[in-house]
Amino acid sequence: MANMLSLRGVDKVFASGAQALGGLDLDVREGEFLSLLGPSGCGKSTALRMIAGLAQPTRGAIEWRAGRPEVGFVFQDAVLMPWATVFDNVWLPLRLAGLSRAQSSSKIEAALELVGLHGFANAYPRELSGGMKMRVSIARALALRPALLLMDEPFAALDEITRQKLNDDLMRLKQELSATVIFVTHSVFESVYLSDRIAVFSSRPGRVAAEIEVSASTPRNDEFRLSPLYAQACKKASDALHAAMGEA
Amino acid sequence: MRRSFTDYALPVFVFLAMIGIWEAVVRINAIPPYVLPAPSLIGATLVNDWETLSGSLLVTLRITFEALFAATIGGVALAILFARSRWIERSFFPLAVVLQVTPIVAIAPLLLVYLEANTAVLVCAFLVAFFPILSNMALGLASADHNLIDLFELYKASRWKQLILLRLPSALPYFLGGLRIAGGLALIGAIVAEIAAGSAGQGAGLAFRIVEAGFRLNIPRMFAALALISASGVLIYLTFTLLSWALLSRWHDSSRERGV
Repeated sequence: MANMLSLRGVDKVFASGAQALGGLDLDVREGEFLSLLGPSGCGKSTALRMIAGLAQPTRGAIEWRAGRPEVGFVFQDAVLMPWATVFDNVWLPLRLAGLSRAQSSSKIEAALELVGLHGFANAYPRELSGGMKMRVSIARALALRPALLLMDEPFAALDEITRQKLNDDLMRLKQELSATVIFVTHSVFESVYLSDRIAVFSSRPGRVAAEIEVSASTPRNDEFRLSPLYAQACKKASDALHAAMGEA
Repeated sequence: MRRSFTDYALPVFVFLAMIGIWEAVVRINAIPPYVLPAPSLIGATLVNDWETLSGSLLVTLRITFEALFAATIGGVALAILFARSRWIERSFFPLAVVLQVTPIVAIAPLLLVYLEANTAVLVCAFLVAFFPILSNMALGLASADHNLIDLFELYKASRWKQLILLRLPSALPYFLGGLRIAGGLALIGAIVAEIAAGSAGQGAGLAFRIVEAGFRLNIPRMFAALALISASGVLIYLTFTLLSWALLSRWHDSSRERGV
C-alpha cells in the first residue's frame, strides 16, 4: 500500500517551552486503520492536530503524496453547537463548503443514516445521550465523505457498552467509506481491536517507539476478540507500551 | 418553566399584604397625606393626574429605549471590533472602564453644559447602559468553544462565517444577560440625568415630575410618579427575561429545569 502521508523528523515545541514531539517519524498508508497508542501527554494528539493542519511543526515536515485530502476530525468530546439541531450540526462542514440547506439535505440524511441516527435530525444536542452526541459528531465528520478521518480519543468519555457498540459501528463505517483512519487512544485493547497497525508513542519528547502490525485482513467481531491473534497482539502492544513508558 | 400556583400566589400575596399594612398604618394613625400618603390616595392621584403623568412616562420610556437601542448597537459593534483585534481592545477597553466607573450623576451637569438638555439625558442613559452590553458581549464572543473554533479552522471558514455561525450564537446568552442589566440601567440613567436637567429647569420626564411635585409639596404625586418608574423598571426586566427565555429555552442550560 502506498503512503498517504509521512511525518519526517517532526519536532513540536510550544510557546511555554514544553516539547511535545521530538524527531517523530511516521508513515500513514492509504486505506489503513492506524492507532496512535501512548500514555497521556505523549504528544499523540499534537501529532493528530498537525496532520489536520491545526498546528504547525516547529521543525521537520509533513509530506503528502497527493496533497492534503478532505479531512474529517472527531474530538474527544462531541463538540456540537448546542444552539443548533442535529441536522444543522451535520450541515456545518457542507455549509462552510458553500452548500445550501437544500443541496445538503440528502447528504446529511445519508450521514445520519450511516451512524444510526435516522429520525433525530430535529433534536437538539442536549436532548441526546453521550453516545448519540458522539454519533452526531461522527456523522458531521463524515458529511463531506473525507478520505482521511482523524479521531482524538473519541470514545474515552463513554461507558464500556456504548464504546463497544461505537467501535463496531466504526469498523463497519470504515468498510463502507474505504477511508483512511488515524485513531488516537490510550487503550491497548481498543487499539488492537480496531487497527491494522499500531504506532506506540513514548513521551517527553513524544515519538514513535514501536510499530505493531495487527492482521489487516481479519474481520473484527466478537470472534476476533476471543482469538489467540487478538491476545497476542494485545500482549505485544502492552509490552511495547510498557517499554516506551520505561524509557521516559 | 412549569410553576405551581403557589409560586405565583406567594409573591403577589406578600406584595398585597405590604400595601394593606401601609394603608392601615396611615388610616389608624391618621397620618396627613403630605407626610405619607396612603396607597389608595396614590392610586387616585395616578388616575386623576394620568394625563400629565402618562405624557412624562412616555418621554422617559422613549429616552430609555432610545438609549438602550444605541447602547446595544454600540456595545455589540465595539465588542466585535475588540474580538477582531487585541490592540483595539487594549487601547479602548480602559476608556470604557473609566466611563463606567465615573458616577453618572457627576457627568450629567457637565453634559448639560455642552449639549441640549434632551440630548444630554439621552447620552447619560446611553453611557450607563453601554458598558454591561459591551463587557458581556466581549466575554461572550471570547468564550466560544475552542474545539469548535478548531473545527471551523479545519473547514477553512472565513472570519466572517466564524463570527456569524459560531461567535455570535456563543455570545447570545451573555448578551441577553447584559441586555437585562442594561435595560434597568438605561432607565436609571435617564432618571438621574432628568433630575440633573430638571433642576436646571428643563425636561418633562417622570423624574422632572417628581422634582416639580416636591417643590409643590405634592407628596402623593411624587409617590405616583415613583410607582410608574418602578413599574417601568419591572416591566423592562420582565420583557427581557421573557425574550431571553424565548431565545434560549431550547438549548441553553440557564433556561432549563434541572431534571431532579
